Amino acid sequence: MSPEPKIIAFCCNWCSYAAADLAGILRLQYPGSIRIIRVMCSGMVHPEMVLHALDKGADGVMIIGCHPGECHYLTGNEMALARAEVIADTLEDLGYASERFQLTWVSSAEPERLVEAFRTMSGRLMLLRSEQQTSYAKKN
Amino acid sequence: MSEDTMIGAVMVIGGGISGMQAALDIADSGFFVYLVEKTGAIGGAMPQYNKVFPTNDCSMCIIAPKLVECGRHANISIMTLSEVIDISGRAGDFHVRVSEQPRYVDINKCIACGQCSAQCPKSVDDSFNSYIAKRKAIFIKYPQAVPLKYQIDPAACLRLKDPDSCGICADICPPGAIDFDHQPQKHEIQVGAVVMALGFQTFDPGKAKVWGYGVYPNVITSLQFERYLAPNGPTDGVLARPSDGKPVKKIAFLQCIGSRDKNHCNNEYCSAVCCMYAIKEAVMVKEANPELDVSIFYIDMRTPGKEFDRYYERARSEYGVKFIRSRIHGVEPKGGKGDLRLHYSSVQGKQVEEIVDLVVLSVGLETPDSMVKLAEKIGIHMTPDRFASISAFMPVHTSKKGIFTCGAFNGPRDIPQSVIGGSAAAASAVALLTSVRNTRTRPIAPPAERDVRLQSPKIGVFICHCGTNIAGVIDVSEVAAFAATLPQVVHVERNLFTCAQDTQDLMIQQIKNLGLNRIVVAACTPRTHEPLFRKTLKSAGINEYLFEMANIRNQNAWVHSQDPEAATRKAKDLIRMAVVKVTSLTALKPLRIPITPSALIIGGGVTGMTAALNLAKQGYQIHLLEKTSQLGGNALHLFQTWNGEHVPRYLMGLQEEVNNTPNIEISYNTTVTAVTGHVGDFTTTIRSGTSRKRTIQHGVAIITTGAKRYIPEEYEYGKIPKVVASIEFDKLHMHNETRVANGKSFVFIQCVGSRNQERPYCSKSCCTHSIQSAIKLKKEVPSRQIYILYREIRTYGQRERIYSQARELGIIFINYELHGPPKISREDTGVLVEVWDHVLHRPLEIKADMVILASATLASPEAVELANLFKLPLNADGFFQEAHAKLRPVEFNVDGVFVAGLAHYPKPLEESISQALAAAAKAGRLLARKEIALEPNTALVDPVLCDGCGLCIDTCPYRAISLVEYLDEAGTPLKTVAIDQVLCKGCGICQGTCPKRGVTIAGFTYDQIEAQIDAALMDALPTEVTP
Repeated sequence: MSPEPKIIAFCCNWCSYAAADLAGILRLQYPGSIRIIRVMCSGMVHPEMVLHALDKGADGVMIIGCHPGECHYLTGNEMALARAEVIADTLEDLGYASERFQLTWVSSAEPERLVEAFRTMSGRLMLLRSEQQTSYAKKN
Repeated sequence: MSEDTMIGAVMVIGGGISGMQAALDIADSGFFVYLVEKTGAIGGAMPQYNKVFPTNDCSMCIIAPKLVECGRHANISIMTLSEVIDISGRAGDFHVRVSEQPRYVDINKCIACGQCSAQCPKSVDDSFNSYIAKRKAIFIKYPQAVPLKYQIDPAACLRLKDPDSCGICADICPPGAIDFDHQPQKHEIQVGAVVMALGFQTFDPGKAKVWGYGVYPNVITSLQFERYLAPNGPTDGVLARPSDGKPVKKIAFLQCIGSRDKNHCNNEYCSAVCCMYAIKEAVMVKEANPELDVSIFYIDMRTPGKEFDRYYERARSEYGVKFIRSRIHGVEPKGGKGDLRLHYSSVQGKQVEEIVDLVVLSVGLETPDSMVKLAEKIGIHMTPDRFASISAFMPVHTSKKGIFTCGAFNGPRDIPQSVIGGSAAAASAVALLTSVRNTRTRPIAPPAERDVRLQSPKIGVFICHCGTNIAGVIDVSEVAAFAATLPQVVHVERNLFTCAQDTQDLMIQQIKNLGLNRIVVAACTPRTHEPLFRKTLKSAGINEYLFEMANIRNQNAWVHSQDPEAATRKAKDLIRMAVVKVTSLTALKPLRIPITPSALIIGGGVTGMTAALNLAKQGYQIHLLEKTSQLGGNALHLFQTWNGEHVPRYLMGLQEEVNNTPNIEISYNTTVTAVTGHVGDFTTTIRSGTSRKRTIQHGVAIITTGAKRYIPEEYEYGKIPKVVASIEFDKLHMHNETRVANGKSFVFIQCVGSRNQERPYCSKSCCTHSIQSAIKLKKEVPSRQIYILYREIRTYGQRERIYSQARELGIIFINYELHGPPKISREDTGVLVEVWDHVLHRPLEIKADMVILASATLASPEAVELANLFKLPLNADGFFQEAHAKLRPVEFNVDGVFVAGLAHYPKPLEESISQALAAAAKAGRLLARKEIALEPNTALVDPVLCDGCGLCIDTCPYRAISLVEYLDEAGTPLKTVAIDQVLCKGCGICQGTCPKRGVTIAGFTYDQIEAQIDAALMDALPTEVTP
């Protein structure tokens, strides 16, 4: 079996990182190949950080912030949302499937939602990998 | 009493939100606080709620920071499982006797791993979950409890009943924290003041049989419903019928269960919160299941608070919640399958039967017997409704000097009112004890800091086993061996419990002995433990920011317990990530700014004067600005409070006291023209009358600019002389003017200019005001015919008694709807009022000698300019928008500026006074610090990389960035940006935006984040297929 996709997840200090802690308290389980990087706000993550992670071998990158309207810094998640489209476009231009990037919202009280997002992303990347393998095999 | 015998400590009784707020405000103002809580953890009722109205915030998320703040405050001592038995002495020097029940768990040893609870064989009904779930005999009250320490319920524990049985918890507890020999203890504590935040209990609907509570399983209380909806509740937020687990299709909320009721209980008062929480619960359940049929059966929909009417309207129009004006007197079973039958008469007078799946009883608030007994023992007067008896003019003062009171113990109230009360009680206690400030607090003086800038990194890695929590999943020795191979790591150590006090002492020794200059702790989460370890670094003489945590428990061992190999791999990655980050961290110094010890208070009404007096008593210089030539504001037009206290006499005393207080400087006919600076150091320009402008330096500002009254455009106001506004009527009434004296028939019309499309809010005090006038008229001449035409009567809380009294006196209340307002016309010498009578179902004509319009309270027009000057938000109705409706009710996101009174929202006098004291508490808390330490994780500009494009400027939510133009050495004009370190909150939105990597947040730089990414992916297999 191929290893689980490596995912870099930027979690904001106020919502998703707290949800990740709570997921632990509730003993929810998710794939062991996800690496959380704590940031103060989803709006802090520069698009270059996403590209850097993919360049260094990450299968996927997630930015997980507070729900719209609940940003600890008023508008940080709105900025993250505005950038997300640009990031997706840029990825396609650079030859990365845009599915390898995901922006999502999780409040500090939604560990289940966070774990679901992790599982969904991991599953999606698995699927993407097998699709690419198939098309690669066909080409050759 | 002489000052040297006063005690600079305060006891707060009750660890709910009101008590916690009081404790924090008092402790931060320079006093030691004993926070006495009768259960095993602080938090009170709030942790039980799923969400809170009207913001729909998750309750736990907003209370958790307050819990932690209380838990780790150097000057708050939390006494759990403790109750006050008696208080003797007097203001400034009280002697309190406290009885503490045994926990049977040593809180210094317990690491809250939960193994005891998992193995405990005894389950009992869980009161935290409102008895819809079980908990073990050894338990924590709730997962986020503070202190997070287990406790044994002696009534349930097998071992405590029989020394020969069970004891499993003691056998398996990793740190050996269980002690079955704990005994009750008595404490004698000396304090200068006491704050009673005793809280409430919800009414037990099982006491009356009519609602079938406890008989039919599908009849539940609103608190049980709250637990069903909560994602952290026993059903994970899934609602099902308690009787058979089937999905719920139709829900009925019954209002006023245990409130406004003399028949089934003695709770005549309105509980003030149930209408809003029922709407909230209805909205929550509709949000999750839009197809559900949800009805709320009510008498009056009492939603008078800020943004409440909008919430009510949205529930109806957007969420499709049905509101049915009818009191339900009983619930019966229908068939044998759990369905329930309700019977009521509709507004149209028809008899209606409804069959529902689930009945939710909106239970009221009441004071527990034990609290009434305590109050009696201490000598605190109580109202007939069993709440603390307080004057509207002194809303947090009990009948005993030096003993203050707040929260629902002062009468049923919601979270913001409880938070405001907590702060108000704090301000009052602080003002009383100002002369002994900082006499009982624990000083915090860290040793001198070692300069490590020129040293190469010498990293110490401390890996926590957390008992078996981490070590039971992760191969810790393998991870430790790996950590030792990482660059710059000179010391690796494993600890059973890294957070334990003995390990902390050891860590300090290792830092000193081995010359470590950077520390990584691989353990639980930085969100709870970073402050603790930072403090340890500080004690060891190295900068507290040279520290990083690897979260190998919450975000690793616990979430990968099924996959230990992956967990061990991940632990290595997480430690490598922490090591590379800590390597590049630099020492940071909090920015300390001195505070100008004075306050600017804008608005000389009762609110402004109250805040001024309190802060003056706290020892600060006050600048009180009044735009007119007289102090008093809107209260100059008031005659009595809701409970009949005389306003003019009080106002005269207040004006005199303000005038005679030397450190209050009053400027009349004065307005603000400019504001610069920031918290601790504002410079405000004012202009008085026609005189020259001058500037005032102040550390904080309080906005108490009041409101104005609505001049009616409807109901022939201004055209028919016998149609007057209520404030005008009060004056005519006082002078017994002929229109009043000869009047035989009076009609009051409510909601004039309020609760309409243009102003969809309630003016809050008019129902009470009109009823008081009506009662006075009726008492003067009992033969007078008096009508009150209303939409809902909102005599919330204990005001309900005057509504009852009015009905008993024969005052006639006629309901009208927004779409069918009364019609007014001139007739002979009087006024003809036409209105549809909903009880008689026909139009009614009333010949009135006078018509009194309860006109709305409007936002002050000056608010707009003031909001601009201080950069503060206003809500859609023009009132100042506080930082958070629930927990920061007098603050703004702009630090150092506060709001109180009508400038915030229409409210009665005692709520304005309470809020004024709360604002004074917040202002005083800042001023007490003398200087402010700001978080150093702020934005830094790299002058080489920044090219001054300015993209970051508009993205900054705090307007902390400005463009700077300068000349380089060659005289070339260049641009860059400058960060105001005081305004910057360190969110890093600028960093995410900058195209040149020219601005970065200390501790989260591009390089640091990239290094973490690299460390995380070092072992990543090259992507198998890259197209």
